[in-house]
Amino acid sequence: MRRRQFLILSAASIGGVLVYSLDRKASRIFAQEKSTQTLKIPLRFFTEEEAMIVAAAAARIFPSDDSGPGAKEAGVVIFIDRQLAGPWGRDRYRYAQGPFDENAAREFGYQGKATPRETYREGLKGLKGFDSLSPAEQDKNLQQIEDTHLFALLRQNTIEGMFSDPVHGGNVDMVGWQMVGFPGPRMSNYDEVDKHFGEAFRPKPVSLEQVLHRKVRPSEDEDAGTA
Amino acid sequence: MKTLPSADVVIIGGGWTGLLMAKELSARSPVSIVVLERGRSRIPEYSSGMDELDYFVRMHMMQDPSREAVTIRHHDKERSLPIRQYGAFLPGSGVGGTGEHWGAVFPRLMPDCFALQSKTVERYGAGKLPEDHTMQDWPVTYDEVEPYYARSEREVGVCGKAGNLNGKKIDGGNIFEGWRSSEYPMPPTITPYFSELFRGGAKSLGYHPYNNATAVTSEEYTNPDGISRPACAFCGFCERTPCMINAKAQPTNVLLPIVRQRKTVTLRTNATVKRILHDSTPNGAKARGVTYIDESGEEIFQPADLVVLASYTLGNNHLLLLSGLGTPYDPATGKGTLGKNLTHQVSFGVQAFLEKPLNKFMGAGGTGVRISDFDADVLDHTHLPFIRGGMIGAMSVGTQPLSTFGTTPRSMKLPRWGAAWKKTSIEYFDRTGVIAFSGEQVPHKGNRFDLDPIYKNPLGDPLLRMTMNWQDNERKMAEFMNAKMVEIGHAMGAKEVNPFPGYGDYDVVRYQSTHVQGGTMMAKSPDLGVVNSYQQHWEIHNLFVIGASTFPNSGSSNPTPTILALTYRTADAIVDRYLKKPALLA
Ligand SMILES: Cc1cc2nc3c(=O)[nH]c(=O)nc-3n(C[C@H](O)[C@H](O)[C@H](O)COP(=O)(O)OP(=O)(O)OC[C@H]3O[C@@H](n4cnc5c(N)ncnc54)[C@H](O)[C@@H]3O)c2cc1C
Ligand code: SF4
Repeated sequence: MRRRQFLILSAASIGGVLVYSLDRKASRIFAQEKSTQTLKIPLRFFTEEEAMIVAAAAARIFPSDDSGPGAKEAGVVIFIDRQLAGPWGRDRYRYAQGPFDENAAREFGYQGKATPRETYREGLKGLKGFDSLSPAEQDKNLQQIEDTHLFALLRQNTIEGMFSDPVHGGNVDMVGWQMVGFPGPRMSNYDEVDKHFGEAFRPKPVSLEQVLHRKVRPSEDEDAGTA
Repeated sequence: MKTLPSADVVIIGGGWTGLLMAKELSARSPVSIVVLERGRSRIPEYSSGMDELDYFVRMHMMQDPSREAVTIRHHDKERSLPIRQYGAFLPGSGVGGTGEHWGAVFPRLMPDCFALQSKTVERYGAGKLPEDHTMQDWPVTYDEVEPYYARSEREVGVCGKAGNLNGKKIDGGNIFEGWRSSEYPMPPTITPYFSELFRGGAKSLGYHPYNNATAVTSEEYTNPDGISRPACAFCGFCERTPCMINAKAQPTNVLLPIVRQRKTVTLRTNATVKRILHDSTPNGAKARGVTYIDESGEEIFQPADLVVLASYTLGNNHLLLLSGLGTPYDPATGKGTLGKNLTHQVSFGVQAFLEKPLNKFMGAGGTGVRISDFDADVLDHTHLPFIRGGMIGAMSVGTQPLSTFGTTPRSMKLPRWGAAWKKTSIEYFDRTGVIAFSGEQVPHKGNRFDLDPIYKNPLGDPLLRMTMNWQDNERKMAEFMNAKMVEIGHAMGAKEVNPFPGYGDYDVVRYQSTHVQGGTMMAKSPDLGVVNSYQQHWEIHNLFVIGASTFPNSGSSNPTPTILALTYRTADAIVDRYLKKPALLA
């Protein structure tokens, strides 16, 4: 069994919003209380060092800026950590028999052997220290790996972490949905669908658990064994 | 191997076709029926279906490739590789099959699709047929299938507006469609904004837009079996997920409730059929029953007098090949029929960037507006470099962010990540709509199914292999349609339209449609196909193969209406004729 790893986040490092802890209790920390308040989030797959790199990379892919919150506020790194710990990260539902072909044309999809867990673990070794670089240097680093499978996963997982239902650990406080005007799961739009032509209709977002009034077990919890 | 008591009929697969067959046979005959379905019942999980990540992206409802994958190569000289994660098509597993997470678009085939070869030759001469095509007419005509289409529409509850009632053209419906003996059971659904914009754009260019037929309810509906379903709520979590309120027709809400009441039907889940066993007799080969693997991994023999193969196009081809039934097709010699005429509907889209927000989260499966002005042979192809065509439309099925966020106008030449990409993606998130094309793929000599020489499933059996690529006809058709679609986008008021980049090699990653067809095609004689017009195996008369695997060619239309119509026709033939005198049906 591996040593328990935590991601320690200070209010400054996440921009001062809401963060979900593993037991899914929302903890809110505020930027004003910068130096004092921190949050200790148990990690399921990443080491703390890896988590810091992934958080920094996701924040460049989906930055926090004038156009809205980004990967930091949405808790994307927590989302990715859980995905990697679950069946998706382990390729439980992928055809994983050889022979493999790392150089197959892209029309065949990813034909390599590595699971997402292995791709992250291996790939992140090449990004040591990434989180302490300047944003410009980080961008340059990412541009260099833009064609790799690791980057494809990082980009895909960052978008997923921004906009998936909060039950998966990202999209904290539904910041992603609010930003783009997506209301989440709504049981009915019957009274609205023939109205609002040409104007934005933006109901307040709701999450699946809020709609169903019960706990939902996300797929990543099926198989969140030890690393 | 454990042997079970014999059944009169064993049906392999519990999806649209398998459950419809079980329902029809049990309604009209006393035969004992065993349905074997490899997946589980998923109904208890349906209320969690409004989760884009697990259902749309991680594909909770779909066939698990670690248990059953398919391999692909583009031509004979290429080595095949497994489709490690389904993408281009998304077959299902479990009670209800693919029909649980389908999109419910419900158009009939155009009449001339049933006579593709002869109609093309009649109009343009043989010189117009694409090189290396393997087109051949169906052994059944649209007129013969029409009553069964009508029955399917009433059974599943379809909404739409007729454009051709007994030959009379009706404005507002699809005036190019084949004749219909009756109006749709329900009026069209409400048209969401994006689709309404398309109607305006298409009309301004002189086309004939109509509300697409769909198997979601536009009002409360009770079918002839007495099954009632409420009106669709436009929740927008429709295709790739099951419906929580049963407004979308699914095998588990229109067929299963009836099948369950029938004492003569046993539905066995977690039962993966491995082989169809057969004997040689003086009167030809005869199926004895099937072997399957149960939940505990034990192999079991289920004897039966009649075997119905209803395991989707992929399963149907795979099981016949594995069981050594029929003669595999060889493109070099042209001999054999099993695996021949594999087609996949041509599907692509262009992205229109509009001024105003679309509220695209509101929508429902199959809801939208389409035109058929370029479908089938509506257009005169004399001076065009391709034959046939398809439908252009703007569907409002409800969109979620994971699948759509990040699309930006091509002229802006933005990177695919970072601040500028993010800003523009947010701006266009709800201002981008896809104008989609769905068209015919003409069957080609090289496109086929056989068994893979290398890759195996966990049971140790070779995977099914597809040899598949787009041909000249599809490429040229796509180029032509793309231009029309871009034009319509601008007529809708789009600031910019990202065109379709054109077909490269067949791509297993991009979702196209789960309309994979052929391989066990029906034909008028045994040398031309695997089954006859009743989907009865030419060589093994107590074996019926049902589903789109029997289509000699792809229509532009989604296949399920035709699949269900032909299943009805087969069920009638079995009850009215075969059970009375088990022999080849003429
Ligand atoms: C996302 C999506 C959208 C779609 N939208 C539309 C649409 O809008 N309109 C339309 O017309 N069609 C649509 N389709 C296609 C439609 O779902 C299929 O045409 C239809 O379900 C086919 O019915 P079937 O009975 O042949 O196969 P299925 O419904 O797939 O049923 C086959 C069953 O056989 C079982 N099976 C397979 N192999 C074995 C075995 N060895 N042993 C035991 N059981 C086995 C499978 O588990 C499955 O349950 C869509 C499909 C998808 C995935
Ligand atoms: S859009 Fe309508 S038919 Fe589709 S899942 Fe929602 S309620 Fe059901």
